[in-house]
Amino acid sequence: MSDTVEEVQVDPSQLPDDIIMRVNHLVKEFPISKGVFFKKQVGAVQAVSDISFEIREGETLGLVGESGCGKSTTARTVLRLLEPTAGDVYFRSKERGVVNVATADRRVLNDIREEIQIVFQDPYASLNPRMTVASIIAEPMTVHDEGNKQSRLDRVKELLKVVGLSPEHANRYPHEFSGGQRQRIGIARALALRPTFMVLDEPVSALDVSIQAQVLNLLDDLQEEFGLTYLFIAHDLSVVRHISDRVAVMYLGKMVELADRDALYDRPMHPYTHALLSAVPIPDPTIEHQRERILLEGDIPHPSNPPSGCRFHTRCPVAQEGKCDVDEPEFRELEPDHWVACHFPEIKQVVV
Amino acid sequence: MSDDRHMMDGPEDGPIVVTSEEHAVDLLEAEGMGVEPVTQWDLFSTRLRRHRLAMIATFFLIFLLVLVLVAPVMQNAGWIDPPTKSLVDGEGRILRNIAPRGASDNVFYSEFVDGVETQVSASSTALWFGSDDLGRSVFSRVIFGGRASLTVGLVAGLMVAALGTIVGSLAGYYPGGVDQSLMRFTDLVLGLPLLPVAIVVGRILPELSFLPSWLTSGAMGIALLLGFLSWGGLARIVRAEFLSLREKEFVEAARAAGASDRRIVFRHILPNAMSPIIVQTTLIIGTAIIVEAALSFLGFGVRPPTPTWGAMVAEGGRLAVRGYWWGLVFPGFALVSTVLAINFLGDGLRDALDPTQTIERK
Amino acid sequence: MTEPLLSVDNLRTYFSTEEGIVRAVDGISFDLAPGERRGVVGESGSGKSVTAMSIMGLIEPPAGEIVTGEILFRGQNLLSLGEDEMQDIRGGQIAMIFQDPMTALNPVYTVGDQLVETIVLHQDVSKTEAREIAIQALDDVQIPNAKEKLFDYPHQFSGGMRQRVMIAMGLSCNPELLIADEPTTALDVTTQAQIMDLMLQLADDRGTAVLLITHDLGVVAGFCDTVQVMYAGGIVEAGTADDIFYNPQHPYTWGLLGSMARLDAVQQDRLHSIAGTPPSVIDLPPGCRFRPRCAFATDICGRILPQLREAGNEGQTVACHHADEMDLKTLAVDSSDRIVKQDEVVS
Repeated sequence: MSDTVEEVQVDPSQLPDDIIMRVNHLVKEFPISKGVFFKKQVGAVQAVSDISFEIREGETLGLVGESGCGKSTTARTVLRLLEPTAGDVYFRSKERGVVNVATADRRVLNDIREEIQIVFQDPYASLNPRMTVASIIAEPMTVHDEGNKQSRLDRVKELLKVVGLSPEHANRYPHEFSGGQRQRIGIARALALRPTFMVLDEPVSALDVSIQAQVLNLLDDLQEEFGLTYLFIAHDLSVVRHISDRVAVMYLGKMVELADRDALYDRPMHPYTHALLSAVPIPDPTIEHQRERILLEGDIPHPSNPPSGCRFHTRCPVAQEGKCDVDEPEFRELEPDHWVACHFPEIKQVVV
Repeated sequence: MSDDRHMMDGPEDGPIVVTSEEHAVDLLEAEGMGVEPVTQWDLFSTRLRRHRLAMIATFFLIFLLVLVLVAPVMQNAGWIDPPTKSLVDGEGRILRNIAPRGASDNVFYSEFVDGVETQVSASSTALWFGSDDLGRSVFSRVIFGGRASLTVGLVAGLMVAALGTIVGSLAGYYPGGVDQSLMRFTDLVLGLPLLPVAIVVGRILPELSFLPSWLTSGAMGIALLLGFLSWGGLARIVRAEFLSLREKEFVEAARAAGASDRRIVFRHILPNAMSPIIVQTTLIIGTAIIVEAALSFLGFGVRPPTPTWGAMVAEGGRLAVRGYWWGLVFPGFALVSTVLAINFLGDGLRDALDPTQTIERK
Repeated sequence: MTEPLLSVDNLRTYFSTEEGIVRAVDGISFDLAPGERRGVVGESGSGKSVTAMSIMGLIEPPAGEIVTGEILFRGQNLLSLGEDEMQDIRGGQIAMIFQDPMTALNPVYTVGDQLVETIVLHQDVSKTEAREIAIQALDDVQIPNAKEKLFDYPHQFSGGMRQRVMIAMGLSCNPELLIADEPTTALDVTTQAQIMDLMLQLADDRGTAVLLITHDLGVVAGFCDTVQVMYAGGIVEAGTADDIFYNPQHPYTWGLLGSMARLDAVQQDRLHSIAGTPPSVIDLPPGCRFRPRCAFATDICGRILPQLREAGNEGQTVACHHADEMDLKTLAVDSSDRIVKQDEVVS
């Protein structure tokens, strides 16, 4: 494991006041096993390989990357929906102070679950088709034994209004709603326990453009109203630019760049970020015809067998033999608050 | 968490009343969206009631069930004849192979001994379906035979539903060691050939004198045996269902909310797996009834003289060749229509359990 | 003006379902010139895919039926052709590529087998010649080691590579029209860039006309000469890409453009969103289909379905009763996300 970060001699469990979560050397591997009677582990998919980052109180951190980069696994591991293979996730809980989510026992975890919530991508799969909207939204309160039936129902109605639905929808079943409305129900459920931190896992990817805008605006309003902190996972860099304060880019289980929103979009330094940003189409014919695209060669390697050295070197336009395929680049702070993992970083304007 | 128990009507914690003065702030087609609470059970029964064939099947099965349950009472009251006793005329001669007669016509001529016609009288019900080679009332034997068939079907069905669901859920919810050992055991049970095993056990069972007689000679023994041999398929289906449901985002959402394993299984996964469980169980009930009939047909089922539809069909087939068709047609009809009804009901249940099937809101 | 390659006139494609008649495409007309690249843009349920299926003759009765209309391809009405003749045109003169390249390829045959089969079906060549053409086609879509890749099965290709195979298959018979139905929706953005770049190059080199069906206005901006915007089964606006992106006349087009988060937008506080959801095409509202979501709707909009007419720039058409009266530049979005006139914003 990298030993360069350790030189800063601070206890990682001591969170500064403005930090709500610190992810420290997080690793998540999925074993690949073979055999019918006696399963033998023959390898591992390295979904998340030693990533570290912090999330500030009240901000939106966008986490972007292409399929298989490990962004959704990161989200689920941070929530302990998946057990981390290694690493720590320190979270500032209102009730319990700083807690390491990665190692917390059941009881502590249960308390933490009131403060960290998640909104899922697929509005069709994320609501139990056999429960009414009222019981879906009330479920977290029921689980945590909050209030009585009447108070829970009052809260459900309040939440429905908060997310722009009618309280009268409470007795309907999920399939009676459109995708956008279902996503609002998912958001209401996440808000039920008054969390401080929300993981949004591709919350608008499955929605039509005009509905996306409604949900994004709603998320914006809720953040302001309730002082929420968001970890926003997405593959759509335009949406991430709109909603995020800071943005992290992942490639094949590694974080390659992390910076303030404007710094990342205006002065990206990692060659992968360059390619990613240049590939995103802009709805403007003149700009589109003038832009240069950086087209990557080939496909993303499989995370069960990642390339040596820098994981991007097999597709990188600036990779140098003998360096990039051997040495893994360190995740360095090249400018204030601008972290890059590249041997040959270079500021390049690729958006316009 | 007391409401864990309600599987089918799970969603409701109690009646939810939407007060009408609540102003709909909704921008999204608010009009007409406020409705009374409808439980999953309501939805289920409404949809089932719309399924005509399933409703006919349900009434038929309920009628049949009541009929076989009260059969001993009817016998004691003298409304039907005992199924194992031969009918005799005034001179003590056995009334063999008498053709079915009309209910009002309680004077019969039988042509059994030496071709001499003898005038006899019998109760009106005794000869609705005629009599068999031993002069027993086919009508009352069909009714009593139903006891055996339905016992086998229901007991085997319940056993399969219970064993299959428990084994399948455990295997599907706890991957790894639990899953591995349970599924290997399931494979073993699935590998046992049903008929040969049933025949061998059917042979041995009556010899085991230390077992109670209801287990060794009646339908119950066959039922338990068939139940034990048939749950493997359902276990596999339930496991597959659990494997896919536990990855669903709504289950993850429940986990993220801090729900216990128990709650996740009983409230979120199992209700969504009910459809294949119920449908598979109805199929098993039909199959068990047929297999029991086959075993009795082959002579390895319920011991004679206790009637079963299978044994009656076997015997009736022999007599039908000689022109006495009633011994085959009536029990055969009872067997086929019961299995058909169960399958129709299964069809209706599958449709009714689909949560996305729309129903008209009032 | 040149003779159009494809001319769709008053096409109506309906589906009958348990809930009622779905009017998926309800009276659309448009022309496509040879070599023209046209974008068909709309949200789910707008009828854009059904338009493509109708042209390809892939609407299967009894569930779906083309109720009225004419589809003229080089002057020939495709709807009057028999299945055999249509099969010759499909994959020959008109090719189609689909959203999901995995399901569009048969998993039990090699990629080579499937390519050769298509080629032999539409061209008068031997199997050996067809193999040569197949290798060339894979080469053209920049698949490395095309010769060996012929013997691979679809699952051995990545999503991007499979879509390249689909394009190779589509273009192997030099069609005059390529219909691409959401060709990059299932792909990652860097792969999408590769595929769109490839399609642009190939279409340019060969002069192939393309009908690109997509929900992504960004992809349209880079690829298409002309655009038609569809909503609830009808075309609400059509024109050149510049017309649509810089001078939209229909409130829906305006709202759609405003609701997109843009990569290059520096400061956007809120996105313009369009309140409400598209109507179900089973219970279409009378009159203009966009009326329930439109802030400018008047009495007439509730009664009469507006037809496409010229408005805005020359050649630009729009289906809105108030297109001329409205100045979309003065539109704004109020606090509840509704599109309104600027002076109506209550802050």
